Amino acid sequence: MEHLRLNGAYWGLTTLDVLGKLGAVDQDKVVSWIMQCQHESGGFGGNIGHDPHVLYTLSAIQVLALFDKIDVLDVEKVANYIASLQNEDGSFAGDIWGEVDTRFSYIAICSLALLHRLDKINVEKAVNYIVSCKNSDGGFGCTPGAESHAGQIFCCVGALAITGSLHHVDKDLLGWWLCERQVKSGGLNGRPEKLPDVENGGISDRPDDAVDVFHTYFGVAGLSLLEYPGLKAIDPAYALPVDVVNRIFLGK
Amino acid sequence: MHGRPRKALTEEEHGASSLKAAKLRDLQSQVLHFHHNKIYTEEAIEISAKLLESNPEHYTGWNYRKLAVQYRLDRRSEDGVDSESIQSILDEELRVVENALKKNFKSYGAWHHRKWVLSKGHSSTDWELRLLGKFQKLDSRNFHAWNYRRFITALKKIPDEEELQYTTDMIYDNFSNYSAWHNRSVLLSNLMEKGGKRYDKENVLGEEYEFVRNALFTDPDDQSGWFYHLWLLDQTLKQEPVFLSSWPPNGSNLYLSLDGRLKGQQSLPILHFQSKARKFPLVLYFSEAVEGVSSSTVTVEYHDGDSLLWTPLSANNFGFSQAWLTYLKFPDEVPSSEARPVKVTIAHFPGITSSRGMPCSQSCHISFSVCVTSDDQEHTEVQSSHRISWKEENFKARATQSIEANLLHSFSKLEITKENKPSTPKWSMEIISTEIAHCRELLSTTNCKIGKLTLARLLMAHKTLTSYGIPDDGTEVHYEDILALYQDLMKMDPAHICFYEDDYSLVLLKQLTSNIESLLKHCDRYQESSSPSTNPYLCVRLNGLSLSRIGSTEHLLWVQMLDLSHNKLRSIEGLETLQLLSCLKLSHNRLCSFTSLEPLKKLKYLEVLDISHNEIGAHSIDTRRYLCSSPLTHAVGSDWYFQKFVDGDVKLNDHWDAYLLFKDLNLIQLEMIGNAVVDERFKAFLLKLMPELKWLDGEKCR
Repeated sequence: MEHLRLNGAYWGLTTLDVLGKLGAVDQDKVVSWIMQCQHESGGFGGNIGHDPHVLYTLSAIQVLALFDKIDVLDVEKVANYIASLQNEDGSFAGDIWGEVDTRFSYIAICSLALLHRLDKINVEKAVNYIVSCKNSDGGFGCTPGAESHAGQIFCCVGALAITGSLHHVDKDLLGWWLCERQVKSGGLNGRPEKLPDVENGGISDRPDDAVDVFHTYFGVAGLSLLEYPGLKAIDPAYALPVDVVNRIFLGK
Repeated sequence: MHGRPRKALTEEEHGASSLKAAKLRDLQSQVLHFHHNKIYTEEAIEISAKLLESNPEHYTGWNYRKLAVQYRLDRRSEDGVDSESIQSILDEELRVVENALKKNFKSYGAWHHRKWVLSKGHSSTDWELRLLGKFQKLDSRNFHAWNYRRFITALKKIPDEEELQYTTDMIYDNFSNYSAWHNRSVLLSNLMEKGGKRYDKENVLGEEYEFVRNALFTDPDDQSGWFYHLWLLDQTLKQEPVFLSSWPPNGSNLYLSLDGRLKGQQSLPILHFQSKARKFPLVLYFSEAVEGVSSSTVTVEYHDGDSLLWTPLSANNFGFSQAWLTYLKFPDEVPSSEARPVKVTIAHFPGITSSRGMPCSQSCHISFSVCVTSDDQEHTEVQSSHRISWKEENFKARATQSIEANLLHSFSKLEITKENKPSTPKWSMEIISTEIAHCRELLSTTNCKIGKLTLARLLMAHKTLTSYGIPDDGTEVHYEDILALYQDLMKMDPAHICFYEDDYSLVLLKQLTSNIESLLKHCDRYQESSSPSTNPYLCVRLNGLSLSRIGSTEHLLWVQMLDLSHNKLRSIEGLETLQLLSCLKLSHNRLCSFTSLEPLKKLKYLEVLDISHNEIGAHSIDTRRYLCSSPLTHAVGSDWYFQKFVDGDVKLNDHWDAYLLFKDLNLIQLEMIGNAVVDERFKAFLLKLMPELKWLDGEKCR
């Protein structure tokens, strides 16, 4: 799992912050390691020496946001890297190799919003592309015509929220589809008639599987959204604690 | 980890696993080394294959291989074009991908690499389809495979009809194939859009309803068929947007006064409007959200020739809305007591379209007249200096006969004009009735949740179609039946009770506003006993109805005083269309945040607001945070003076949402008691924010 260590950093550190324990980490060490993951193009790789990709670029920005250290970045450089990946039709590639997916639309929009550089992309076209991936069940897929999937829906709805475009979402229809993801055990599946990932105790994807930081993060985030006591509130669009998001957008 | 069991590893397993990890790390560092140093020897490439076949997620490895392929292709073209070699190079890539996919069916990197190879145009798409056939037999829900299939069929230019047959085969193989049903809906949408006799909408829908019925009756608890049925229903009901209602209502006579005094009128002031600026709002309400309402598409004939500015009344500021607003102004020289006619032609020219792209093609007219009462008296603010107490004793239900007659007379003008029939063809009604019958049949043998919900939706659709003037074919549908279904669902499926409560509220309000008699039962006259000289209000009382949501506002555009207290409202979406609202009671509901009150920002005449005894400040999560305009949604421009306003008082930082709301309201009276957010500091903040406020929680402010 070396190739996604930067994602792991984001999952782990955000979880710690939601639990109120971010102070336990050596901030400077983390920041300097993150900067070593940056490629000359401006984008970040999943680990030192790995190729740049938006997936890891967002994680880098998010971790720096947690520490209020976004200013260590050459913001223009990173923003230009991301903006250069927008296609004519508004969609985004993940990297120079051209894979297109609405996940990358969300990543681009979220990253640039956190950097206050949304004006570097064509937001209207980006939104239109996401809307073109909307399905008849109210959900969203990774490309036009693709089946609705909870993960993709998170990305698309998040991107629409950040750009003030939630009116494109049929809230009742999608809300119901998402509610229907809850199965008898209480867990949630990603699509109709699939097995649930259960956030339970420990936290793994379902009760008998091994724990890992990915599912721990989502478990804790879920609990935060359900107002579980003792947890900091998490923002559902930027997937960062609310106080971090408020500081960035409502501060100065 | 997906699929990895949680149990402590034995020492042996531990050893094996760390050996494996060490091997993998070694491969990884080698590949990175080759990549950074651009080493593309056979051995190097072979090592990358080993890595990717055991860890297909190592994306840099796939990038390396792409560069290696490009390097080898370039080298071959230097030696002379040899397509067989090109073929073998690319085939090798496909082999590596296949092995990687065997390790992880769902590897984005592996699938993308395959696409990249195929895009070069030298590989066999037939082979790909055969491979896909095998994959999809093993896992018919793998969305990577379905996406790749779409990619290949586009490359191979396979017609939609053939792919449609493929989905038919998959569905016959297993009804519970949501992916196949989904793809079917996409293909049919394309085919129906292209047109032609074979894919005529009526034929297609008829066949598809029959097809999905097999799935529904075979396994009613499987969701796949029901979601497809929902899509069919949506296609059946899809129609052009139509104009529904307006304020002022068609055929009415509006009294426009400057000082709030009614002259020589015994009746209640439904059609009286007070405005010092001699202007009043004109609201148009459509059957669904539309854009394009402007002076180019809607013409208003009255004395003033100026172009009018129309704005959408949606809770956010985007171009689509069901209700649209403009203001009509009457200049000073208008002689008083003379009724001036106004004629509005909606969709006079094309340009109004629904968010689904359907045009509003039928134009229609409304006309009303305006009487400006004289202004030779001194302006006095009689109406607004007294506090509205909302005391029960101040309400009087339908006091006298004459008042009732007047009300009825006024209300008959408030009925939605039925001149324009929507373009929904007759077969829609037939289909709906047939489906109602089949659904009832199914539910007689199985108590199926989604089936019940579908029946409720079908019955509502039937009601909507009849309200548009399409003749009923004998299927009797009563609101009581629909409400009963939702009550059943709340008992059957308590986990989703909020969802059913919302639908229940909408149906209840539709029932309540469906005719004059039932609406009248909820109208009371309000007279403030402490100030008998003020004009009485006509108050619509929708309190204590367990409403969690607001709807049917097209019937309530005339309302000036509204009581929605003692309900379960979490959202007040819809209230932004009630432009005449002056007094609003929302106490004892479930409002959790100031952001949920965003619709109030559109109510320019709102003066009295009671939001006491709600849940504002009691929740750590604001679920409506992104449903209002704020810097978070990149919707607030240069008028964001919050920090200046707060002036360094850190404790007030959390009240950015209160700031955004109250700074735009023109309140004179506010009740907030009983919300966790209220304390002395917050009250002081409010007073600073609203200098015009006279009453706060029953106490005089200044």
